[in-house]
Amino acid sequence: MDEAEIGRALTRIAHEILERSDDAEGLSLVGIADRGDHLAARLAREIERIAGTTPPVGVLDITFYRDDIGMRTEAPEVHETRIGFDLSRRTVVLVDDVLYTGRTIRAAMDAVMDLGRPRAIRLAVLVDRGHRELPIRADFVGKNVPTSDDDQVRVMVRELDGRDGVLVERAEPAMVEGS
Amino acid sequence: MNRHLLSMHDLTPGDVTRILDTADSLREVGTRVIKKVPALRGRTVVNLFYENSTRTRISFEIAAKRLSADVINFATGGSSVSKGESLKDTALTLQAMGADAIVIRHPSSGSPRQLTTWVHGHVLNAGDGTHEHPTQALLDLYTMRERLGRLDGLRVAIVGDVLHSRVARSLSFGLVKMGAEVTLVGPPTLVPPDVPAWGVEVSFDIEGVLPKLDVCYLLRVQTERQRLEYYPSIREYTRLFGLSSRRVDLLPPEALVMHPGPMNRGVEIDSDVADLPRSVIEDQVTNGIAVRMALLYLLLGASAEGDADA
Repeated sequence: MDEAEIGRALTRIAHEILERSDDAEGLSLVGIADRGDHLAARLAREIERIAGTTPPVGVLDITFYRDDIGMRTEAPEVHETRIGFDLSRRTVVLVDDVLYTGRTIRAAMDAVMDLGRPRAIRLAVLVDRGHRELPIRADFVGKNVPTSDDDQVRVMVRELDGRDGVLVERAEPAMVEGS
Repeated sequence: MNRHLLSMHDLTPGDVTRILDTADSLREVGTRVIKKVPALRGRTVVNLFYENSTRTRISFEIAAKRLSADVINFATGGSSVSKGESLKDTALTLQAMGADAIVIRHPSSGSPRQLTTWVHGHVLNAGDGTHEHPTQALLDLYTMRERLGRLDGLRVAIVGDVLHSRVARSLSFGLVKMGAEVTLVGPPTLVPPDVPAWGVEVSFDIEGVLPKLDVCYLLRVQTERQRLEYYPSIREYTRLFGLSSRRVDLLPPEALVMHPGPMNRGVEIDSDVADLPRSVIEDQVTNGIAVRMALLYLLLGASAEGDADA
């Protein structure tokens, strides 16, 4: 996916989120560090452009909720959680770049539950690459990208990486742009 | 990072920065309604304290509990130690019971390192004799960085009984490692002979040093250990080296006053000085929990066996 495709996908997801929510006031976006938070901020701007109200945006770090702590040679790097609003009774849309095994989302749901009792949790992802290991699905998907388990999917956002793009690095042959 | 934390010498400047950055993220947990994350669920941390220390033990206990580890406090009074059990046998017993980490405070310098030769778990030094107290140094570095925005180039004086102070040793090593300029201030009898190897300055004149500082770090006068051959009287110490209300005004306006606690108000620090806004002694205590959480997470969150995929 290139910059224009990502932009269109985010605009469409913003429309879908609004369609699905009966109460735009109680909507909030929580991005999963450290790519999802930038996507969440962009979705919030899209929603403001469409609906005129800006949902509150938070950043969630799920490191302490991972199920593989102690299984790696280095403890996973920690980011900051910043959620400046009360999640209780709100609809929380979790935003992440890639949906893969579903383990990150499991951890994110546990983390959100520790911070409050939302009315509902929904999931928006830029790329769904399949290979789920848990019974989790996304409510809003930018693009379904069929991959093999050994492939690497890299999402770049201009806030961190200087440009927007989704690269699928195939396990065997060379890199394929956009898939 | 090393699998134990015994001395500030075990850490590279990069390790120190990683610990402080991780503590930054962990401080948020302490502001939540539910002050707990499941990171170390199922791990057991033993606090093995051969000396009394309420604040360090409680700080480690809270840190471990906020990461969901199970905590066992092993105070040596009234335990098998009072029946004559050796450190080795106590350690092996704790290991047999499944301790993943041992936090040890011991009056003998070097005992944490000795412990690492007997147990497989992680060992964290919570103060050994007159050797080191690295977690205190790290929480002090954290507090300085948070308040002043940097460590590199900071001018810090450590004032008091440097000779007997494991805090002074660990903090000096840590500050020098991070690029700060350290001056030790105290009676000549209480400056250790090996100081030339530390990379620090020495002064016997507190009033000459104060105007050039970013941080004035006061050590506790250890009245319980004090022997009179080092200086004639507590009163004379206070007159020559105490941070009085008059002396504190010699510091630049932004400079901090720090103290590892517990304070002797009226001895090394005037009671009024301890309550000034520039005295960040309570911050040090609060930050201690986040820094110890970061250390437990970074040590226990890694595995010796190798990488498993996410």
